[in-house]
Amino acid sequence: MEQILLTSAYLFASVFFILSLRGLSSAETAKTGNYYGMVGMGVAIVATVMSNEVTGYAPILGAILIAAVIGAFMAARVKMTAMPELVAILHSFVGLAAVLVGFALYLDEGAAHGSRVVMQIEIAVDVFLAAITFTGSVLAFLKLRGSVSGAPLLLPGRHLFNLVMFVSCIVLSALFVQAEGHTGLNYLIIMTVVAGVLGYHLVAAIGGADMPVVVSMLNSYSGWTAAAAGFMLGNDLLIITGALVGSSGAILSYIMCKAMNRSIVNVIFGGFGTNSGGSAASGEQIEGEITETFVEQVIDELRDAQSVIIVPGYGMAAADAQYAVASMTEILRKMGTQVRFGIHPVAGRLPGHMNVVLMQANVPYDIVFEMDELNDDFPATDVVLVIGANDIVNPSAQTDPNSPIAGMPVLEVWKADRTVVMKRSRRTGYAGVDNPLFYKDNTRLLFGDAKDSLNSIVAGLKE
Amino acid sequence: MRIGIPTETLEGERRVAATPNSVKKTIKLGYEVSIQAGAGLEASFSDAAFEAVGASIVGDAASLWAQADIVFKVNPPSESEVAMLDSTKTLISSVLPPKNTALVEALAASGATTLGICCIPRISRAQKMDARSSMANIAGYRGVVEAANHFGSFFTGQMTAAGKIPPAKVLVVGAGVAGLAAIGAAKGLGAIVRAFDVRAAVKDQVGSLGGDFLEVSIEEDGETAGGYAKEMSQAYKDAQMALFMEQAADVDIVITTALVAGSKAPILWNEEMVKAMKPGSVVVDLAAEQGGNCACTEPGEVIVAHGVTIVGHRDLTCRLPVTASELYAQNLVHLLSDMTKEDGFAVDHEDEVVRGALICEKGEVLWPPPRIEPPPASKNPEVEPVMLQAKDEGPGRPWLLLATVPLALLWTYLKVTSGADSSGESSEFLQHFTVFILACFVGWQVVWNVSHSLHTPLMAVTNAISGIIIVGGLLQASGALTAPATALSVAAIFFATINISGGFLVTKRMLAMYRK
Repeated sequence: MEQILLTSAYLFASVFFILSLRGLSSAETAKTGNYYGMVGMGVAIVATVMSNEVTGYAPILGAILIAAVIGAFMAARVKMTAMPELVAILHSFVGLAAVLVGFALYLDEGAAHGSRVVMQIEIAVDVFLAAITFTGSVLAFLKLRGSVSGAPLLLPGRHLFNLVMFVSCIVLSALFVQAEGHTGLNYLIIMTVVAGVLGYHLVAAIGGADMPVVVSMLNSYSGWTAAAAGFMLGNDLLIITGALVGSSGAILSYIMCKAMNRSIVNVIFGGFGTNSGGSAASGEQIEGEITETFVEQVIDELRDAQSVIIVPGYGMAAADAQYAVASMTEILRKMGTQVRFGIHPVAGRLPGHMNVVLMQANVPYDIVFEMDELNDDFPATDVVLVIGANDIVNPSAQTDPNSPIAGMPVLEVWKADRTVVMKRSRRTGYAGVDNPLFYKDNTRLLFGDAKDSLNSIVAGLKE
Repeated sequence: MRIGIPTETLEGERRVAATPNSVKKTIKLGYEVSIQAGAGLEASFSDAAFEAVGASIVGDAASLWAQADIVFKVNPPSESEVAMLDSTKTLISSVLPPKNTALVEALAASGATTLGICCIPRISRAQKMDARSSMANIAGYRGVVEAANHFGSFFTGQMTAAGKIPPAKVLVVGAGVAGLAAIGAAKGLGAIVRAFDVRAAVKDQVGSLGGDFLEVSIEEDGETAGGYAKEMSQAYKDAQMALFMEQAADVDIVITTALVAGSKAPILWNEEMVKAMKPGSVVVDLAAEQGGNCACTEPGEVIVAHGVTIVGHRDLTCRLPVTASELYAQNLVHLLSDMTKEDGFAVDHEDEVVRGALICEKGEVLWPPPRIEPPPASKNPEVEPVMLQAKDEGPGRPWLLLATVPLALLWTYLKVTSGADSSGESSEFLQHFTVFILACFVGWQVVWNVSHSLHTPLMAVTNAISGIIIVGGLLQASGALTAPATALSVAAIFFATINISGGFLVTKRMLAMYRK
């Protein structure tokens, strides 16, 4: 295929990727957006395969076919509540692929473009970013899956450790670039390993409550990795796509950080989660008693309510309770009750995670609101159901300047007439902070598995 | 504290400064209320009705004034009433200082605290106390009723068996509160309504009530900072007169409502225009109180000039005593409620509304209040939220700058090394770099629009798209099958493809769930 055709195809693909992201700005156009993405990708792959540089079709086709089936299988099988894991593992694949491409380019004699020095610098940068993305994503995947504890790993002097690793990566890269022929390979391998450890350690130090930021950050890294590969290969399509993905992830991270009222630096290096402060040291001692409630009582309260707001958290997804929530919503709406959902930006383990889980259960998206849209409405609300959420409804974020979550915007559920908190146990939230909400006069706690409780409520409401 | 409501003494006045409704609220605020016997009779509120809500009835004015701590009145006090005030009392009525300087001095001399409900600043918070607007609303309505009374035909057009009756054409000059009320009332009766105002901003308000807004060809906005109308330039006035001349021959009813703050009403409808009107037409001059907008108006009288009936009533609001009393009394209660603090009634000079209404206190004349530039009555209320939204997208910028710093360093480095390297690769790098920055910018712009609920699908799609790294694998997978580079590349293709197919398909699955 002629170069001009290839370039046009790449341009075409880039435009389609932009349209794809653009399409995702609203639920109406999102599906079209996804198709644009597919078309762009298809064009890019076909054009590349047809180009003069590609001649060995058999292994390529074999790899693509098998992998496509595996990918489709994963996509079809994954539970919506497990989306964060899937996203994390997919990020690691981008990282891994980029590492492999980097090495392949170095080993491939004929592929050199431009000066050797510049290309080798680019290879080093690409492999460095890719290795961090890879190991970081793998660890994030394991943490989200629960295979590894979500608690942050806080080694003494961990900042120094990170710095040492970073500097050694630079030194190793310099040695690699200066090495003659292929003798630099060892340096590159060592550098990759060090970068891998760095990526692992960076994510290890971040607590479970910050997982949404970690995942969107890794999303961003995977984009920058692709862009670096683009520089390395002198390929504009990779650069453009990588930059799009990179900035998208960066924006998501920013939004998440803002939702927690923390800076990105604080999240990455903070080791937030089981802060030495914790609940005990967080200044103000909580007084009062927990008032327990029971399913029958909640049913009566829901029956009498004019307006209900449901605040879901990760606990709802973990208990797989979204279907019960949806049927309860439907019954209440048929009874003429105003039901709305209040979603905190960092609810769940992924940006927008709660929305996806609720959509899966057929909750209409026009009754699902963001925090800012309904935070003022709580005083006029009869019943608030908090399902498996803790930190995002914690009033000490507003009242207690010593709290680890001080200043984080929260849903003001305690202003409602009645707040029912569904909780599995008396444990504190992911951030390890005790919640004064539970001790308020108008708060009732409904202990037990959220799914079971909600199913009983649904059954009770139907009677 | 006791609030006293005397019978209004001005001749022809039928209003009263309290109604059973307002008394109920006043008592709720913690005050006692005394009402002079028969004070509400003209407005159809019996003494019994007042007693029923907890007010006490006092036989004569003198004892009422003597026992009251705060006196509510509709009209400015008469000389004999001022004589009954002393430094312990507060008077709240509709005193307008620029019109009655002598009265203000007398009030100051009495030592009493005097508040003028008509001097309340025009800010949103004080709207509920704005007695001028309440009264203007009534006057506008009543003006139309008076016009209908003197007009020899229907307002609405009719097709009858006997023939066709055209609808009346009404021109309302000045679309303030009174003008808008008149437009609404005339429209309600079925007339064709046109309106004119020097403030272009009221065009939509006129339209919303069903009136046609007339415009002159000269562009000049006559709105003062406080939302009132100001005097216009000569050229504008000439154009306006020409427009009125044209309208005069066409319309049946003219209602003029133009009051320029603080001075004599301007003559807008001159004798020529009256002459041009059809016989039997009616002019209602709502500005008669301040001399009138029509050259032929005799304040307080109804006359016929050149075959046109000119209504110059000064007491239009008194002709609707029930509603006028009700609204006025509510305005007073709102002011009272704002001035009632935890420890009772207080005159708070820091409160912009109270300070604006304060005329004299402790023997000193405090009017006019120190000038606080009133905010312009938001002309385009929709502009503000839009700007806020734009600001919301702003936080991206410092980040973008931040991201540029390392890239700039890289660029500098390459600039330096390119000195040694004579080949073209650094210019090639710069080309790629340009593309990169542009793409970052595009991504930045596009992604800010993504709604929160779609963040997970967004991540899945970007995930799939970042599988574009496959291209890197593809380009290097064509070597000998045994070469390590080929094996690595095929592996890269493998992983990237999982990403692509997994990412796109899971997005598809998620988006299929979104329903409204």
